[in-house]
This record gives sequence, structure tokens and C-alpha cells, in this order.
Amino acid sequence: MMQRIVWRLMLALVLTCTLMAPAGFCVAPPQARNEAPPEIQAQMDKLQQQATDARSAGDNAWMLVCAALVLMMTGPGLALFYGGLVRRKNVLATMMQSFILMAVITALWAFFGYSLVFHEGNRFIGGLGYLFLHGVGSAPDPDYAGTIPQQTFMVYQLMFAIITPALITGAFAERMKFKAMLLFMVLWSIIVYDPMAHMVWGKGGFLNASLGGVIPTLDFAGGTVVHVTSGVSALVCALYLGKRLGFPKEPMPPHSVVLSVVGACMLWVGWFGFNAGSALAAGGLATSAFVATHFGAAAATLGWAAAEWIHRGKASVLGAISGAVAGLVAITPAAGFVGPMSALAIGAIAGVVCYLMVSRVKSLFGYDDSLDAFGVHGAGGSLGAILTGVFAVSAINPIFKNAQGGATAVGMIDGHPSQVLNQLVGVAIAWGLGVVGTLVILKVVDLTIGLRVSEEQEIQGLDLSQHGEEGYYLEA
Amino acid sequence: MKKIEAIVQPSRFDAVKSALQEVGVEGMTVSEVRGHGRQKGHTEVYRGSEYTVDLLPKVKLELVVSDALKDPAVKAILKAAKTGKIGDGKIFVTTVDEAIRIRNEDRGETAL
Repeated sequence: MMQRIVWRLMLALVLTCTLMAPAGFCVAPPQARNEAPPEIQAQMDKLQQQATDARSAGDNAWMLVCAALVLMMTGPGLALFYGGLVRRKNVLATMMQSFILMAVITALWAFFGYSLVFHEGNRFIGGLGYLFLHGVGSAPDPDYAGTIPQQTFMVYQLMFAIITPALITGAFAERMKFKAMLLFMVLWSIIVYDPMAHMVWGKGGFLNASLGGVIPTLDFAGGTVVHVTSGVSALVCALYLGKRLGFPKEPMPPHSVVLSVVGACMLWVGWFGFNAGSALAAGGLATSAFVATHFGAAAATLGWAAAEWIHRGKASVLGAISGAVAGLVAITPAAGFVGPMSALAIGAIAGVVCYLMVSRVKSLFGYDDSLDAFGVHGAGGSLGAILTGVFAVSAINPIFKNAQGGATAVGMIDGHPSQVLNQLVGVAIAWGLGVVGTLVILKVVDLTIGLRVSEEQEIQGLDLSQHGEEGYYLEA
Repeated sequence: MKKIEAIVQPSRFDAVKSALQEVGVEGMTVSEVRGHGRQKGHTEVYRGSEYTVDLLPKVKLELVVSDALKDPAVKAILKAAKTGKIGDGKIFVTTVDEAIRIRNEDRGETAL
């Protein structure tokens, strides 16, 4: 009798425990509270890992392609664009300036460049923890890009470090010594690019908008870091080196606008890697940046062409492609922050403003910025950076968050007009660093090896005098 | 033997060549040249810098013909190349001292 009662009590207990176990009333044998049985948990972990891997595969594939696209912007995009704009006797030397940077900057980046930009350091420059890319492998860096190997992020950023100095070559085209250019570029990359890139994109950088900056400057893909620094440095170079022999009396038309058109188209396509890739993932933000980039280019093409048509009576091909580049430059800081209609507006404004910079301001002041590196990149980048402060909206990119983690207004039309002031600070710092850094470097190079080729060499052409080659052997 | 040098508009060149072949001219050397007489050039604009291009593309024909063929050849060129506008070009005729065919060293009018 007692035994039956005990058995019934035990049965009741076991049933109760089994039924109440999910509510945690009884301690179930061996597993912890909220975990499924081991086989199911292992399966879930495996699926979770596969989902993460799939996401990572998508992002990584996209980012590697973007890195390739950005490299293509330098070679052959910029090489063709600039090459076509110079006289025939300088075509190879001009292309070589872009091409050699693909090699030189890579070495610097691998040794210490990446570390100086992206390793934690102080407000103005990174540390040397990634010297020789130590520690930069397949594991992601969650602060920068949590779904792709850090090595992908590193090589993507390398392509930006390559094209930025290449843009400056447009200012001193047709008169700079090859070895002087090499020394100048090595120093510029370290003294100007690395600090600026760290300030805007590096952890704790002074201007970083999302990783603990003091004055958050919105720069999605490098308006200040790439275009303002290189454009302003270009102006300083043009003024320091002086005008080409015969400028401005002697006509120096492009020897092949055909090459320049091809180059400009490659720049447009490659820019999708530059801007959309700056989303660092293959998601909705990349799409948004892709669309904004394209729209900016299109609107600026129309803006420049219309301005030229009205001003001069004809829309030139060179003008149209210059307009496209100006639009791409201006949309670069804005690409991942603004909506499509704002992108059209930014492009249209940039097209007209850069046209005026190149056709009126340059002749007004008389400087020989041979390929309009300042007029397009310096001016377009500054304009774009400021307009980013106007048109950025949290609906596109909720980059600013309040203490609760909710999105707050980003740009002026979003309800945060003081962002424009932040942008001005970023632009001013880029200008300051560009001007001072470049002046110092130019002086050093000038005093050590000399900057400009001799008159004879300039008349003979850089292809022959610097490289012993001719671009086109027409009799061969 | 006479050498005829004719500088004509590129657009008239095909007509000139056909006309010369019709009168029996069997050889010529043609080059693309630039030049001007009293014809004005045009302005080109490059990123805001304007400059005048006053060397205009032309086609130059050089032919050496027998004395008998000189007048028909000149007439043929005139007829084919003339448009009546400034820029039509010029014809120069000079006397040739010697003509030699390299292949078999023929000399004189048989070499033409």
C-alpha cells in the first residue's frame, strides 16, 4: 500500500517536472537551463556558422571585386585619362606616373602604411602594430568591417592609397623629373595621406564620424581624404613648379581625347568599387551608394556640358567627360549618406562649379594646373564634402546615434545643420595638411635632387628624356 | 619632263586622282600635309583655353609627266579640284632634269 503511494507520488513528480521543465521549475538532468539537447544545439551552431560564412562570402566576393575595380581606376583608367590629355611626346611618362605608383605605394602600404592609417594610435596617426602586416589575416576587424577578412579590408584600402597620389600627377604633368616624382610621392603618402586617412577613417581619428572622432566629418569614400588632399597638393605643386614652357601662349591640345574618353569611362565604372565598396559589405548601403554615385556622374556630365554649351556655343567631348569625373569626385564623400535625388543635385552643382573653376578661375589666376587636378578634384572634393553636410540623411545611413542607440539627424536637410560646420573643419584640415605637407616635401625634394626637368628635356619630351622611349613609333 | 605639284582640298582628292588616271597619268606620290594660303583657320577650345588653328589639312600630289602630258594633267586637276572657294589650293610646275626607274635603270621619258 505504502509502496503504491510512493510510486504514484514519484510518477506525479516526474510528470510535473517534465511538463514544468521548460518553465524552469525543475532542474532537468545534465543540460544547462536554456539550451536545447546537445545534438540540436550542435546543428544550430553549424547552421549559424554556415549563415555567417555565406554572408561573409557574399561580402568578401563583393569587396575583392571592388578592390580590383579601384585598382583599375588607376591603371588604366587614370593612366588613359591623363595620358590622352598631354602632348604626344609625354604620353608614356604620364602613364608611367600612375603605373609606377601601383607598385611603389603597395610596398609602402605593406611595410607600414596600413598600420599608420588603421592601427589604433592617437588622434592624428595610427600606431605600428600592423608593421609588415603583422596580425592582418583572415580574421575580420569588427570595428572596420566585421564580415570580411581584415586582409580584404587592407588590400581594398591600399587601392585608395594608390590612386590618391596618382591624381596629383595631373598638376605637374609634362615637366617633373621622374625620380623627383618618386621621392615626392613616397614622402607625400607618409606625411599627408596616412595622417588624413587615419583622422577620417582610423579608430579614434580626430575627424572620424563613427569610431570616436572629436569632430565627426562625414566622408563615405574619400572626398576629403582622397580628392581634397590631392587636389590642393596639386595646386601647390603647379604653383611651385611653375608653368610649362610656352604656357599659356602656345596651344597644347590633348594628343588623344580618344584615350581620355576610354579612361574616363573606366573611371566611372571603377568608381562603383570606390564608392559602393566603401559600404564594406554587399548590402543595401552598397546599393544606395552605387545609385548615388551613378546619378552624381550623370547629372554632372549634363551640368558641365550645359554650362559649356551656353558659354561657348558647343558641348565638347572633353567637357562632358570632365563633367562626369567632377560629379564622381563630388559624390564621393556623399555616396553612402544621401538619397538619389540629392545625388543628382550634388552632381549638377559640381558639374557647373568645376566647369567655372577650370574655364574661368584658372585663366583668371594664370596657374598651370596642366590636367586640372585642382579644378576638378580639389574644388569638386571640397564642394562635395560640404554638400554632404547638407544632404546627408539618417534614412539612408543612420551613422549618428543617441545614447539609447536610436538614429539622430545627420545633415542639414535632416535637421542637423551644424554638420555643415563639421564638414568645413574636415575640409579645412585637408587643405591645411595638403598645403603645408606638400610645400615642405617640395622644398626637400627640390633642395636634394631638383624637381623640374631642364628646358631641353622638356622640349624633347619626357618620354625620351626620362624613359628613353617613344609612345608611338609611326614608322614601325 | 615636268613635275606637277598640286595642293588640293582633301575632299576633292578622289576626284582629282580619277581625272588624272583618265588622261593617262600612270604614277603619283600623295602626302597628307597641313598648310594655308589666305584661308583663315578655326578656333578650338580646350578646357577653357582658346587657340587658333591656322594650319589646315590638305592633300599634296606630286607627279612627273612627259612634256606632252603636262597640259592635259594640269587641266584635269583644275577641273576636278576647283570649288570656287578660298582654300582650293595651288598647282606648281617645274622642269625635271632626270628621271630614272630603279628596277631596270631606264632613263628619260621611258622611265615615267
